Amino acid sequence: MFGTGLLKGLGVTLKHALETFEDDRESVPDRYKGSLDLGNNRKVIQQPIDQEGLLTIQYPEEKRLLPERFRYIPMLIWDSEKQEDRCTACGICAKVCPPQCIWIVRDSDENGKPVTRCSEFYIDAAVCMSCSFCVEFCPFDAIKMNHDYELAVYDRYPQLVYDMEELTVPLEYYAALWPTQYEEEQARRKEEEEQKRKQEEEKAARAAARQAAAAQKAEAGAGAPKRSAAELQALAKERAAQRQAQAQGQTADGGGDDDAAAAKRARMEDLKRRAQERARQRKLESGNGSS
Amino acid sequence: MTEATAVMDAPAGELGLAPELADAVVDTWAEDTEKAYVVAPDRILEVLTHLRDGQGYDFLSNLTCVDYEGYGGKLRAGIDARLEVVYNLYSTRRGGGSIALHVRVPEDDTVPSATSVYPGANLQEREVYDLFGVKFDGHPNLRRILLWDGFHGHPMRKDWHEAYYEEDAKPFRSRHPKGEYEFHEDKVPWAKNTTYPAGWDPDSWQEAVAYVPVSQAPQHENEPHLDTESIVVNLGPHHPSTHGVFRMLTRVEGETILALEPEMGYLHRNHEKIGERNTWLMNMPFTDRLDYLNSMSNNWAYALAVEKLADIEVPERAEYLRVIMAEFSRIVNHAWSIGFILNDLGALQTPALYAIEEREMILDLFEAVSGARMMCNYMRFGGVVRDLPEGWHEQAAYLANERLPRALDELDRLLTENEILMARGRGVGYLSVEDLISLSVSGPMIRAGGLAYDIRKAEPYGIYDRFDFDIPTLPNSDIYDRYYIRLLEARESVRILQQALRDIPEGEILGGRGGYTLRAPEGQVYGRLEAPKGELGFYLASDGKTQPWRYHVRSPSYINLNALGPMSVGYKVADAIVILGAIDIVLGEVDR
Repeated sequence: MFGTGLLKGLGVTLKHALETFEDDRESVPDRYKGSLDLGNNRKVIQQPIDQEGLLTIQYPEEKRLLPERFRYIPMLIWDSEKQEDRCTACGICAKVCPPQCIWIVRDSDENGKPVTRCSEFYIDAAVCMSCSFCVEFCPFDAIKMNHDYELAVYDRYPQLVYDMEELTVPLEYYAALWPTQYEEEQARRKEEEEQKRKQEEEKAARAAARQAAAAQKAEAGAGAPKRSAAELQALAKERAAQRQAQAQGQTADGGGDDDAAAAKRARMEDLKRRAQERARQRKLESGNGSS
Repeated sequence: MTEATAVMDAPAGELGLAPELADAVVDTWAEDTEKAYVVAPDRILEVLTHLRDGQGYDFLSNLTCVDYEGYGGKLRAGIDARLEVVYNLYSTRRGGGSIALHVRVPEDDTVPSATSVYPGANLQEREVYDLFGVKFDGHPNLRRILLWDGFHGHPMRKDWHEAYYEEDAKPFRSRHPKGEYEFHEDKVPWAKNTTYPAGWDPDSWQEAVAYVPVSQAPQHENEPHLDTESIVVNLGPHHPSTHGVFRMLTRVEGETILALEPEMGYLHRNHEKIGERNTWLMNMPFTDRLDYLNSMSNNWAYALAVEKLADIEVPERAEYLRVIMAEFSRIVNHAWSIGFILNDLGALQTPALYAIEEREMILDLFEAVSGARMMCNYMRFGGVVRDLPEGWHEQAAYLANERLPRALDELDRLLTENEILMARGRGVGYLSVEDLISLSVSGPMIRAGGLAYDIRKAEPYGIYDRFDFDIPTLPNSDIYDRYYIRLLEARESVRILQQALRDIPEGEILGGRGGYTLRAPEGQVYGRLEAPKGELGFYLASDGKTQPWRYHVRSPSYINLNALGPMSVGYKVADAIVILGAIDIVLGEVDR
């Protein structure tokens, strides 16, 4: 019969409308379930896969919860455990970058000899295509993808050409954005370091053993009890634990006994402060300062 | 027969050419990668005709050109001709692989136009003329297509340099270790690199409307008693119904279209030139930006071509992941396309918004796995870059098994029997499937004309031979069928998804040697797959270095536009909008 198709279609829209209306009248509509309320109508919304009803998100008051792997503009990692930049100015990120938006200047010491540290690092955020190749190929876990996507400014130049200072974030910031990957990475790094240390200590132990043997030979007498490999390992572990505890204690209590360490900590605090200031500045520029 | 001609005979014999064509094939090339037969320029039409009529190669898939100026590879030593026009032919009836024909052309020589044999060569030959300067004898409308008439030079030639030109190949030397950031604003592009042709005056120039199909359109004779006049009307470029910045130059009489010609290139960025500066891997994120609704398929097509060229294996799990991503993106594309066909029909927003509701969920899944909703950059040579995050598989399975079938059923109920859709769609934009094939049209359009040609079945790639799915076809080749075929195909995609998500094994996701230092062996390859919009192919030529020597995208959106003019003639202006909508183009891919 003519018109049945139309009526069927109207039935579908009516069903949609009623379901959405009903859902909206509930105390917590489907789209707000599991979302974080930040107060003042601001929410972070986590859309479940089975969400029904209205899907619209009222940006900017409401924002989506970004998945961990979300990639936007790269950031440089300031290792707050070791108190140093992770970047070694090897330049791989600049080489693999498809739009070639990374510029690196390698630093040199007072004699003019290049060192594994960069003195300048620029990323042109207007050119960056968020492909995350720099992250994939960085051998030092020094560059990661930031989640901050509200980067609008009035002038592209120079605001969107980020220098090293603007790009650098402390490790904790990265850990908060990428928790799973951070855990995996940290475990891997620990293991690698552990292995390295073990190798070095074994080397040292071997050297010591050689010396002892030489001494023994020289004495040509009763042998001192040798340490077994297991004992050596246990010793190495003990030392490692000690060292770690020491390092952790330093970062945790913040009590500076070393001038250089204090200076590094001060730099980190300064970086944090500047990042906050920049964010505030951006808001002011975009006319959102009052909120 | 002398020994020399006997040697000459061999390649022609392989092609199955008639004896009188034996001397038409003068050479073969790149046997190690994908063998190409080099045909004498003056014989190409005969060879093409023979292959089409005698052997069923009815589909001219790819027509492009390579500039070998300064080529360093060994294979081409001793050959003077600078340019090489490339033809890839397929058979839609028989399926299977392609025949690659090459025609070597010295710089200022002409080639006979293939449009008389394959009308689908029209847009592709214009592109070759525009970007390489090869002139095609007998082409009905040989003008620039992607660039404007005042453009000087042919940008795909190796000696042409773009504005902001730095070096021939990335990585650029200024980036490390000395840095020297130079602000792009400081580099005025018009100060260098940009010139006008001799005698060209931009101030006094006016666009000519004497474009051949439009200016030669016949007068409408149906209603001689009306004193009407045919006029030229531009639909677009700035109009939402053209799905981007796209212009349809039409000659209309009243509301009836007498002739229509697509005008494009507003979004042209010379993707292929960028691709030749890039290393092999760097092109991957650039392919995202072609058909930006289906970055997963684009990634896969490029990876497929490079894997074929460099002979890279893909682990099992990665193959499954690729299928899952590609089929999800097909559903996204078809839902989007259905929504916008309806939008163009005047059903503003309601069907479109219903159709893209599940798209949100799928894009969220893409984002969770790859880090971006649309610019996924997910695949690599030899696999995919990241494994599924926790909980992803369950969510995807819920979508594929419950939510998507339900949503597609709902869309079906909403639209399929709708009397308005039928009245507007039935019989509109008709073109016989034979015409569509000769116009090199691929994808849902030919399946809506009744031909079950789908590369997933005709020349299976990846692991598509393992899945149980059908190729839906519809008989009428009109707008209504082009709408409905997409719904049916989305259902088949759901079927594939269910099987893939059920069977996916654990294991490696990325094979060994496809990193950023990849050097593909010298040669050439054409890799293609069934993208949601049709046949997406990548033609690659390599000289063994870290950059592709030639990187060409055979984009379905662009080549399907061959049919826009013929399909629109005789219908009303309002129908032309929907006819365009039912071709389903994305301008990022059309203009490249």
